[in-house]
Amino acid sequence: MSDHVAAAPHGSMRGYFIGFVLSVILTAIPFALVMGEMLESRVATAWIVMAFAVAQIVVHMIFFLHMNSKSEEGWTLVSLVFTLILVVITLAGSLWVMYHLDSNMMPEHDTSQVP
Amino acid sequence: MSTDESHPTSLLLGRLSFDAIPLHEPILLGTFAAVAIGGVALLAVITRAGLWGYLWREWFTSIDHKRIGIMYMILGIVMLLRGFADALMMRLQQAMAFGGSEGYLNAHHYDQIFTAHGVIMIFFVAMPLVTGLMNFIVPLQIGARDVAFPFLNNFSFWMTVAGALLVMTSLFVGEFARTGWLAYPPLSGIQFSPDVGVDYYIWALQIAGVGTLLSGVNLLATIIKMRAPGMSLMKMPVFTWTALCTNVLIVAAFPVLTAVLALLSLDRYVGTNFFTNDLGGNPMMYVNLIWIWGHPEVYILILPIFGVFSEVTSTFSGKRLFGYSSMVYATIVITILSYLVWLHHFFTMGSGASVNSFFGITTMIISIPTGAKLFNWLFTMYRGRIRFELPMMWTVAFMLTFVIGGMTGVLLAVPPADFILHNSLFLVAHFHNVIIGGVLFGLFAAIGYWFPKAFGFKLDPFWGKVSFWFWQAGFFCAFMPLYVLGLMGVTRRLRYFDDPSLQIWFVIAAFGALLILIGIAAFLIQIYVSFRNREALADLTGDPWNGRTLEWSTSSPPPSYNFAFTPIIHDGDAWWDMKQRGYERPRAGFKAILMPKNTGAGVILAALSTVFGFAMIWYIWWLACASFVALVGYAIYHTFNYDREYHFPLADIVRTEDERTRRLAAGH
Amino acid sequence: MAHTLANQEFDPTVFHQSDEADHAAGGSTLLGFWIYLMSDCLIFAALFATYGVLGGNLAAGPGPRDLFDLKLVAVNTSMLLLSSITYGFAMLASHRNLVGQTQGWLLVTALFGAAFIGIELFEFSHMIHEGATPQRSAFLSAFFTLVGTHGLHVTFGLVWLMTLMVQLGRHGITVANQRRLMCLSLFWHFLDVIWIGVFTFVYLLGVLR
Repeated sequence: MSDHVAAAPHGSMRGYFIGFVLSVILTAIPFALVMGEMLESRVATAWIVMAFAVAQIVVHMIFFLHMNSKSEEGWTLVSLVFTLILVVITLAGSLWVMYHLDSNMMPEHDTSQVP
Repeated sequence: MSTDESHPTSLLLGRLSFDAIPLHEPILLGTFAAVAIGGVALLAVITRAGLWGYLWREWFTSIDHKRIGIMYMILGIVMLLRGFADALMMRLQQAMAFGGSEGYLNAHHYDQIFTAHGVIMIFFVAMPLVTGLMNFIVPLQIGARDVAFPFLNNFSFWMTVAGALLVMTSLFVGEFARTGWLAYPPLSGIQFSPDVGVDYYIWALQIAGVGTLLSGVNLLATIIKMRAPGMSLMKMPVFTWTALCTNVLIVAAFPVLTAVLALLSLDRYVGTNFFTNDLGGNPMMYVNLIWIWGHPEVYILILPIFGVFSEVTSTFSGKRLFGYSSMVYATIVITILSYLVWLHHFFTMGSGASVNSFFGITTMIISIPTGAKLFNWLFTMYRGRIRFELPMMWTVAFMLTFVIGGMTGVLLAVPPADFILHNSLFLVAHFHNVIIGGVLFGLFAAIGYWFPKAFGFKLDPFWGKVSFWFWQAGFFCAFMPLYVLGLMGVTRRLRYFDDPSLQIWFVIAAFGALLILIGIAAFLIQIYVSFRNREALADLTGDPWNGRTLEWSTSSPPPSYNFAFTPIIHDGDAWWDMKQRGYERPRAGFKAILMPKNTGAGVILAALSTVFGFAMIWYIWWLACASFVALVGYAIYHTFNYDREYHFPLADIVRTEDERTRRLAAGH
Repeated sequence: MAHTLANQEFDPTVFHQSDEADHAAGGSTLLGFWIYLMSDCLIFAALFATYGVLGGNLAAGPGPRDLFDLKLVAVNTSMLLLSSITYGFAMLASHRNLVGQTQGWLLVTALFGAAFIGIELFEFSHMIHEGATPQRSAFLSAFFTLVGTHGLHVTFGLVWLMTLMVQLGRHGITVANQRRLMCLSLFWHFLDVIWIGVFTFVYLLGVLR
């Protein structure tokens, strides 16, 4: 059983260019939206910016990291999905727990002004 | 304020000075004298016998998973003695300190003891023992010749040793943390713990943590990539399944520990405000993050042990494990759910009803798959032909003991109940119940079960039974009183009590600790006696228990290459299948085998890490820089070594296999 | 994509492989490195969570709107993005066995990476000069640690790039070196993915708050 390097997924010039161009677009738009204050609603801008981030991460995964469901018999994808689930639990869980702790145990404090 | 300003610092030695040596503490002086004499004696014996070369070549630089596994076990057992000494000291203090008596330990000392006890038992006893077990057994069970990254394996071991060394050094140079085993801020911050104790804690755990994380990556890659032909996932032994899930947990949880300890270090060294009381810090974020690590950690400890019980139960019942698929699914469910329960460790901190009920419910749900496993073990035993060898005795003891601990856990999972019982002795009894009744009993079962495989002779049954019964009596005697005390409202980590009516319970608990001491002594005697009688106890066939999984197809101990020919698997319980269907062991046609070379790089990198940790603890900045540069430099230098393999000679294989043929004939 | 042997079925009377080729080491390296990257992801998750929880705690000190220069961040982001594509070119050259070209593109990648670090250090020193030190507030502690950890990873990547260039010069594009290039590729692109998270959640959303 010889090495598996030849079987590792790799890219092409075309793939890298497409990924690059998409990334530039997906970066420029959020920056423009925020720096130019183009939308009335800050909340809407925030959601759009986050959506673009997710999209760009997917672009990076596909065109630069050559993520696919076949590499390493699917284990790369499985481990990525599992990690993402844990990232979400860590982020959402921490924010939820800490928000409740703070609002129950430290009410009426504007944390930007607490010395 | 950042860094400790209460000690004078010099450029050469940082805040290290002769004051750091605890000459005024007679207990420590006595301990040091004993350790020094014992240590020197050991070194003298090794030198006299000319064993240094052998130890370096065959053990310290070995990348053989079997040798590394054994070294992990030795580390764990040695640290068990230290951790248990701490336990004895606490039991004695708590039995004494009533009415007029303050006991014999002041708060300064006592607080270090309960902290060290917890840190050592979790990080330097349970983790190494469990890791050592997985390291030794998993490659053999999957028909592989070693783990995926043999050098990293060696490195991981020595990093764990480095962490243990730092903790042991804190006994004699400086002091240890006085914060409890999880070192909550603000107490562990620089303002309230300016001295070296918490820094010892941080660096010992960070260094050992690197070892553990890499070990997790290693075993995961091994199980995924290196299974023998035909061994699909659902044909793996159950122990390997539990090892797989455990290592998933290790890879997923330890990074959080690394991050949170790093943040605490930044607060202490640089003056950041993550967990301070002012400038926006939030100590509860530490508690939150550390338990996001902490809960998966306890499942890291118990899951491999569930695997041990599956192997032992099926072997000593002479039956295939009942409900293999449900065992696998239960393990996977536990793995995922262990990430959704962490808040139950701090129900009382004020997160409110909605958060508390969510986590209370998830905590109760996680007990269900464990219950399923227990039923599967019972159904495996039902109508089996049970042989009560010691591993099976430990297993039955586990079933009874762990169930009690598990039930008290479900009780604690109810937030209103937890509001009364949090941080009481009830909690202490619960977790000792599950860790001793679960992890420790399982480790003794595993040691009894796999010792012949590792060393070529069985353990003496008589002393094993002595150890077993003293552990059973001792455990119940030591911890049942703690449940009673907890229900009566007694808080944990106290060194003095006002209420004399409590004393009797503590005296009973101390007596229990003495019984456990006898149990541990019997275990050590067992090893000694077994070694003395190794001819009579020899395992000639490699399969002393009529086992079912692949490790029993090798000699005891296995050759360094494990399998002369990689096995092909057709069924779960692969070795049983081979025995049933008339497998003939090949005695010719061998080929030279490509194996990885031994290396000293792991020892060197870990030694440099120890120096770095020590320098950071004592603020010896020049040494910290120098050792860090040396560490990075040596690591880069090591990557320039492309010559890492060699062919294990055919002649040696032939000789080894012929010897095996002879022993097999003698054994039948 | 071939199944590994573990998932195949075999003649039930055959219990061992009598004719094995040498198992070269390194078959598990890519998966092992990927798993390590996933653990690194979780370190960043903990740091992002900390930033998320403590990021609003300004302690009456400067906040994102006062401190962040989005133009500079945009330049920085493009440095990293360009370095990603130049690493891609290095990989393509290595597949065509061109040592010199591979080393060349690795060098360009390192230069873009160094530019990224340089700009980031400039930004940090400017903030510190203004009194926005990591010690000033929990927000700043979290900011410097999250962004700084990413920067430390990039720095480590730069050291790795240099080392690999030397090793390519010494040994050429061997199987072992291809593996190392592949691992660094995963590492480097993964750092760009983390940066997407950083510039979005720290810089852009910070200014929007």
